[in-house]
Amino acid sequence: MTGLWSFMVEHESEILSATLEHVELVLIAMATAILIGVPLGMLIVRRAKLRALALGIAGIFQTIPSLALFGFLIPIPFIGGIGKRTAIVALTLYALLPILRNTYVGLTEIDPAVLESAEAMGMTQAQILFRVRFPLGLAVILAGVRTATIITIGVATIAAAIGAGGLGTFIFRGVALVNDSLLLAGAIPAALLAILADFLLGRLERRLRVT
Amino acid sequence: MTIAEQNLIEFRGVSWGTNGGSSPQIIADVSLAVARGSTLVLLGRSGSGKTTLLKLINGMHWPSNGEVLVEGRATREWDAIRLRRGIGYVIQEAGLFPHFTVAENVALVPTLENWPKEKIAARVKEMLRLVGLEPGEFAQRRPRELSGGQRQRVGVARALAADPPILLMDEPFGALDPVTRAELQGEFKALAERLGKTIVFVTHDLREALVLASHIILLERGRVVASAGPEEFLRLQHPEVLAFAACLGVGSGAT
Repeated sequence: MTGLWSFMVEHESEILSATLEHVELVLIAMATAILIGVPLGMLIVRRAKLRALALGIAGIFQTIPSLALFGFLIPIPFIGGIGKRTAIVALTLYALLPILRNTYVGLTEIDPAVLESAEAMGMTQAQILFRVRFPLGLAVILAGVRTATIITIGVATIAAAIGAGGLGTFIFRGVALVNDSLLLAGAIPAALLAILADFLLGRLERRLRVT
Repeated sequence: MTIAEQNLIEFRGVSWGTNGGSSPQIIADVSLAVARGSTLVLLGRSGSGKTTLLKLINGMHWPSNGEVLVEGRATREWDAIRLRRGIGYVIQEAGLFPHFTVAENVALVPTLENWPKEKIAARVKEMLRLVGLEPGEFAQRRPRELSGGQRQRVGVARALAADPPILLMDEPFGALDPVTRAELQGEFKALAERLGKTIVFVTHDLREALVLASHIILLERGRVVASAGPEEFLRLQHPEVLAFAACLGVGSGAT
């Protein structure tokens, strides 16, 4: 353990920059997934056909093993290739299902009496969506964001395999060189990131829950 | 005054079924009229079509056949949003917005109608006092911090806030304990008379119907089987009337 500690102190700046790189990958992918997933989730509340299609496609992306998904993307022009961009596209696709599904569930699983009176009081569908469904479903939507964030932090370690950088770089190098300190210098910060994100988003989620 | 002006709500041969009327009808050939300022009670068992009938008035359902007139105009000709904002609506669990304060709940329709802020605030206070809730104590609470009876009071205040001529009430006191229910019935009756609202009230409780109604219509499987004022109603010999009368004193509403 002292070996690990001195290794980490020695390579502090490298570990730090890999961590920042990792966080950057996750943040860009999550922001994109939220920008796509939440509006799409709102859109499918009242459109059954689109709902089946969107949830189906998002489900397929989520089912493909992560390394295979990176592999599929590499040959695709513009979004593919080796590097960050491909990784971000893959991470976004991965994060999409939990966000989309939780947005849909959060917006639809609302006390029917509340929705009935909203409609009967003369609220338009848009008003019901933004002033009733959205605030009441926010905690569930955020739970989806939390799940997606944790998945993304994990999958982002694999992104190093296609040259996207991040904490996975240490892990892969550590495995290749049979160097535990190198491996753990990537694995420990990645695990801590996931635990921290889970804790913070969980707290926010509880605060937003309306009872 | 013309007939249309006297009758704020009128059903003319109205039928309604899911699938645009091709499946078995929930409402079958109903004709009725509600005079301005009166309280019509729709009485019937669960599944008799009372709630459906109510929802035909504010355009939550549209008739498959016949027409429903509100203020002399067929509901199909109304803009649904306009129609509903002019009709108060109170349901059993009140359906208050849990993320709104009591004041915000009461202010809902005035806010949707873009009333000026000061006018809304004054109106909210007035409405809360009207239903027996001190604004200073209750305005900033959330619905979960209220008792069942208080929630229903807020429900009534919300329905009355934009001063609609018509109130639709779907078993509003159904989930309350008998004592609270009797209190609210009495207060509500006095309130309704004072405000001169036209009310359609759904219940399965004959006792409640007798207390509140100026006229009672009994529904059975989507049809009107009895129609009478509260004094004559118990003298009717229809089997469904007798079935309801037999429950007086032992039913859920009896105290």
